[in-house]
Amino acid sequence: MLTVDLEKCIGCGECEDACSFGAIEVKEDKAVVDLDKCTMCGTCVDTCPEGALELAKQESEASGINPDEWRGVWVTAEYRFGHTAPVTFELLGKGRELANDLSVPLTAVLIGSGVRQHAQELVERGADRVLVVDHPELEQFRDDVFARIVSGLARREKPEIILAGATAMGRSYIPQVATMLETGLTADCTELEVRKEDRSLLQTRPAFGGNLLATIVCPNHRPQMSTVRPHVLKALEPDASRQGEIVEITPTDEELSSRLKIVESVMEKAEGPGLADSDIVVAAGRGMESEKNMALIHELAELLEAGVGASRAVTDAEWLPHRTQIGQTGVTVSPKLYMGFGISGAIQHVVGIQGADMIVAVNKDPEAPIFDLATYGIVGDVKTILPLLIKKIKKERGV
Amino acid sequence: MKIAVCIKQVPDASTVRFDKEKGTLVREGVESVINPFDYNAIEAGLALKDQVGGEVSVLTMGPPQAQDAIREAISLGVDNGIVVSDRAFAGADTLATTYTLAKAINKLGEFDLVICGKQAVDGDTAQVGPGLAVRLGIPCVTCVDELEVLEDGRKLRLKRMCEQGYDIVEVELPALITVLASLNTPRVPSLKGKMRAKKTDIPMLSAEDIGAETSKVGLAGSPTQVATTTVPTFDAKREMLEGEPEEQVDALIGKLKEAGIL
Ligand SMILES: Cc1cc2nc3c(=O)[nH]c(=O)nc-3n(C[C@H](O)[C@H](O)[C@H](O)COP(=O)(O)OP(=O)(O)OC[C@H]3O[C@@H](n4cnc5c(N)ncnc54)[C@H](O)[C@@H]3O)c2cc1C
Ligand SMILES: Nc1ncnc2c1ncn2[C@@H]1O[C@H](COP(=O)(O)O)[C@@H](O)[C@H]1O
Repeated sequence: MLTVDLEKCIGCGECEDACSFGAIEVKEDKAVVDLDKCTMCGTCVDTCPEGALELAKQESEASGINPDEWRGVWVTAEYRFGHTAPVTFELLGKGRELANDLSVPLTAVLIGSGVRQHAQELVERGADRVLVVDHPELEQFRDDVFARIVSGLARREKPEIILAGATAMGRSYIPQVATMLETGLTADCTELEVRKEDRSLLQTRPAFGGNLLATIVCPNHRPQMSTVRPHVLKALEPDASRQGEIVEITPTDEELSSRLKIVESVMEKAEGPGLADSDIVVAAGRGMESEKNMALIHELAELLEAGVGASRAVTDAEWLPHRTQIGQTGVTVSPKLYMGFGISGAIQHVVGIQGADMIVAVNKDPEAPIFDLATYGIVGDVKTILPLLIKKIKKERGV
Repeated sequence: MKIAVCIKQVPDASTVRFDKEKGTLVREGVESVINPFDYNAIEAGLALKDQVGGEVSVLTMGPPQAQDAIREAISLGVDNGIVVSDRAFAGADTLATTYTLAKAINKLGEFDLVICGKQAVDGDTAQVGPGLAVRLGIPCVTCVDELEVLEDGRKLRLKRMCEQGYDIVEVELPALITVLASLNTPRVPSLKGKMRAKKTDIPMLSAEDIGAETSKVGLAGSPTQVATTTVPTFDAKREMLEGEPEEQVDALIGKLKEAGIL
């Protein structure tokens, strides 16, 4: 519960301003908390100049867990449609760093049918050890089966950290694993770091629609679990000389029993890079003004062999399909070059492009926030700049 | 078919403003609405009832004003609804939320199907549905985009989406599903529904009422805690390309060549 020390409170109102939920009001020079509105987020506690606010953290003693018994970093690999998903390698890159900081091994968990042959690749990408659960019945992804296998392994081996991709698959069964283990899970993280003093995993994720970054900890429960967005972490280059241990695990009949039946699995996406994997992204914003002008975006994208992206304003207007939306509620991209045309640079959009090496922005408003993070900015009208750019690139290319 | 739909009241994104200086949300005059995906969850429940008969109940864990959300669901045609509300629930993360919702559902009775939205737009976690399924001991299918009742009414055939494509999944009931916006188009409230919503008493259940242990709800039952919050900042490495459009574009082409892109 949030409490106010009335002796210390000077009624300055800083906490009232800081509260995102309208739960604090200064009445007669003292802060008063409306407990029905307070979500105990703790933002106010840090802002109080007098240290008058306290969030009584009832210790979650119910966990009955001794964190010191839990050691090691795990990454759950994602293997579907005959491929190891790139996010697996990204997680191993970060996992390697965390494991080094904690001086523990990095373990990958690989589940599927015929996946044994892909275990070595996980070692080359940073794992010290791979737990392989290879069984014909694991050909299809069934949440209940995968969740039981991972939670069973975790109960036996007690890792302190488990990381998974924030993909459709990861976000489907990993919450089940966390619930089975009765531990915390932080969704859709964009940054992970270890606090060495207490071996806490600091898990950072966008909150409040991307307007804030919240750092989440899981102090009294183990394992500490996170799903991580694809394309925000960097994978290590494969190193064929790396050595690792490969442990084969046989799933039990009970683990394999399921109430789900996968009738068929269909891969729809054409081969080749999707937007998230494009080296160059050309993105359209509301400033493109009309659906008709999308032709310019497509033309430039074709010239540069770029992926086409959009702001939500554009996908809401259906000038481009929903899957092109970049940002908080869309895809994250990390291309060599991102070019935004008529995009204001709302925080929800730009959280999706932070990984770009170079950002080019064209906007007629010199005050547009996108210029704050652009490598190169052009103040101008997209209807003038785009055709010129297309013409000149064609000339460069001799077409 | 007995169906329970879990809905959450969230701040209406279009009325939230952000104070950059202070790094906080300004929620004055902010309205609360039903989480967008939860409209699709309600619609899925109503459509199933239209097709095979049965009863649709909605529930929400939230502050007392979450009654408004239940009332709106009743105006859309659900049979009944409850709010589980207690100061002890404040600060709940998804583990504490699923514990509370599971207790409430068990209190209400037995259900063939529990429906959740894919995710709540305030937290964006998408964790409550799958976690709740584990608590209830039933199978879960997430990201449902198409739904069909198989002849015997004891099974559903679902299309669940993923990045690369989709799966067709059959699941025995009881089960839990989370639904996408593409599953259906939510209906609008009828006049009769609105009248009924106005007159209906909406029960409010406390932690005690649903038999929840206080150590497992709210902040006390939440393994995760917010350590710090920060306003995101970006390195400004900006260089503005000045001049007439022609010059600006030439300068850009130069930069792209320098970087080996052209
Ligand atoms: C919870 C939540 C999640 C969200 N998630 C996302 C997300 O994932 N992705 C996303 O993109 N948005 C998201 N949004 C929406 C986001 O807040 C912005 O509204 C959106 O990104 C704005 O798109 P825009 O920049 O195209 O449009 P606007 O903000 O309208 O900007 C248009 C820009 O074009 C410029 N312009 C106009 N005409 C011209 C011209 N002729 N030439 C050059 N420039 C011109 C204007 O100066 C302006 O800067 C989210 C919002 C919320 C609340
Ligand atoms: N407090 C709550 N009360 C009822 N249902 C909820 C609550 N929180 C989440 N849900 C349900 O779980 C879904 C996913 O929410 P989340 O995991 O918070 O993204 C929502 O669409 C709702 O159906």
